[in-house]
Amino acid sequence: MNTGGYNFAYLDEQTKRMLRRTILKAVAIPGYQVPFGDREMPMPHGWGTGGIQVTAAIIGPDDVLKVIDQGADDTTNAVSIRKFFAKTAGVATTTRTEDATIVQTRHRIPEKPLHEGQILVYQVPIPEPLRWLEPRETETRKMHALSEYGIMHVRLYEDIATHGRIATSYDYPVQVNDRYMMRPSPIPKFDNPKMDMNPALQLFGAGREKRIYAVPPYTKVKSLDFDDYPFEVQSWDQSCALCGAGDSFLDEIITSDRGDRMFVCSDSDYCQDRQAARSKEAAE
Amino acid sequence: MSAVDQPLLRVESLTRYFGARAACRDVSFDLWPGEVMGVVGESGSGKTTLLNCLSARLRPDAGRVLYQTRHEGVVDIYDLREAERRLLMRTDWGLVHQNPRDGLRMGVSAGANIGERLMAVGARHYGEIRDAASAWLGRVEIDLSRIDDRPRAFSGGMQQRLQIARNLVTAPRIVFMDEPTGGLDVSVQARLLDLLRELVRELHLSVVIVTHDLAVVRLLAHRLLVMRQGEVVEAGLTDQVLDDPQHPYTQLLVSSVLQA
Ligand SMILES: Nc1ncnc2c1ncn2[C@@H]1O[C@H](COP(=O)(O)OP(=O)(O)O)[C@@H](O)[C@H]1O
Ligand SMILES: [Mg+2]
Ligand SMILES: [Zn+2]
Repeated sequence: MNTGGYNFAYLDEQTKRMLRRTILKAVAIPGYQVPFGDREMPMPHGWGTGGIQVTAAIIGPDDVLKVIDQGADDTTNAVSIRKFFAKTAGVATTTRTEDATIVQTRHRIPEKPLHEGQILVYQVPIPEPLRWLEPRETETRKMHALSEYGIMHVRLYEDIATHGRIATSYDYPVQVNDRYMMRPSPIPKFDNPKMDMNPALQLFGAGREKRIYAVPPYTKVKSLDFDDYPFEVQSWDQSCALCGAGDSFLDEIITSDRGDRMFVCSDSDYCQDRQAARSKEAAE
Repeated sequence: MSAVDQPLLRVESLTRYFGARAACRDVSFDLWPGEVMGVVGESGSGKTTLLNCLSARLRPDAGRVLYQTRHEGVVDIYDLREAERRLLMRTDWGLVHQNPRDGLRMGVSAGANIGERLMAVGARHYGEIRDAASAWLGRVEIDLSRIDDRPRAFSGGMQQRLQIARNLVTAPRIVFMDEPTGGLDVSVQARLLDLLRELVRELHLSVVIVTHDLAVVRLLAHRLLVMRQGEVVEAGLTDQVLDDPQHPYTQLLVSSVLQA
């Protein structure tokens, strides 16, 4: 199939095959970063080319694509990626989590539980969890190979020593399937528990460093912690000002020049569904 | 034969080339529990090469390094799988570098520097790790108020003491030291040497200490190896070697120190 002068989903078939092989290997070794040969994409790397390449490699004509950025479907980044695939693959798009077969995301996991058969594609800026303390690639590879992950706790130690608690709140390190240490990309740690034993397939694409890694369905994903400082997610005193949700990740938004503010769901699809249900209830 | 009758480390005919040149040739010795072995010789004589071979960081071209493990008998450290070797390096052995930047993580606090080896072997209780770090800071005479400071802000002497604490926290049996007092003021050196002497005695540590400074080995080492152009030219008890040197090179070394 040819869509608007491009090959289906923009990438040539050979590149897609190469990416699929990489993805299969990634699925076979949960949490392990598999390198791949980069293919130039018509967007700068900051736009999430790693995620786009993964999506391009797995998408088919019958797929329904949802793209979110910070939880919202209507940001510039999300809109342009959705348009890109609508144009180059002619696929249907949606904002509804439950209707999507593929969700490409930056910074969030949807609040609605994912189900079997869905694929969540993460855009990853920095894939290597050990990088912050170990700049040498040869050494980080060896550390992964030998499961030498002690320095990950050094980082949490520093957090507690400095802040009195584990202050890391995004891109919070996890261990996958009791084996590989993994960066979940800059999602809030609020979303970390959703990765654990999720029925959906989770794929991670890092464009700049040309790595793909994966968490297959129903795989254990454990957030690091200390016995006396257990892992905790963010929580809020208030509920969403728009839909009343008390269980979702909230963004603080400024509503006036006087600095008035309110807290609303970062997941716009979740929030809208709840608002619609509320007004329906009110009407009945 | 029980472990006490055996050396902790047995070094057999160790040889390492760089190109055609032997940086260290046919070196053999035993290191016993609680013993401090000094290795002296001028710059370029092969001391660091020997230490690197002993501490599992540089594979020799010939010869063996046999280590008496705690539970598994004697092993040739270069026959071990890499994972086993690296585990020993984090647990049973310590390494104090001449340059603290090579032996410390300058980007994290003193407490984290000490706690790292504990976390690397599975410690997962913050409070206990912190207590161990505090205790070790005290033992190496660094004020507890510095526990959350980065070593960058420390003096050279403090950095060396922090390196020592960072190594000793997992109760290693052997510590390898490469010029640990190099670059320090004389008074700072003296304090460090006193501290090392106490720790060696209290912890019954075995140490291989490499230095070009005979005053250091005079104070610390039980026995000496004198190296010249990669070979050991004289070996023996420290006092004997220094007070009654037999080899002309040792005589020269001792007399040049006396003149200095
Ligand atoms: N990595 C290396 N590559 C080539 N030559 C080396 C290397 N390391 C040491 N040498 C050489 O081996 C000899 C012994 O060096 P070294 O073990 O560093 O001596 P010392 O520590 O006594 O000063 C010197 O001639 C040195 O130049
Ligand atoms: Mg040297
Ligand atoms: Zn809401």
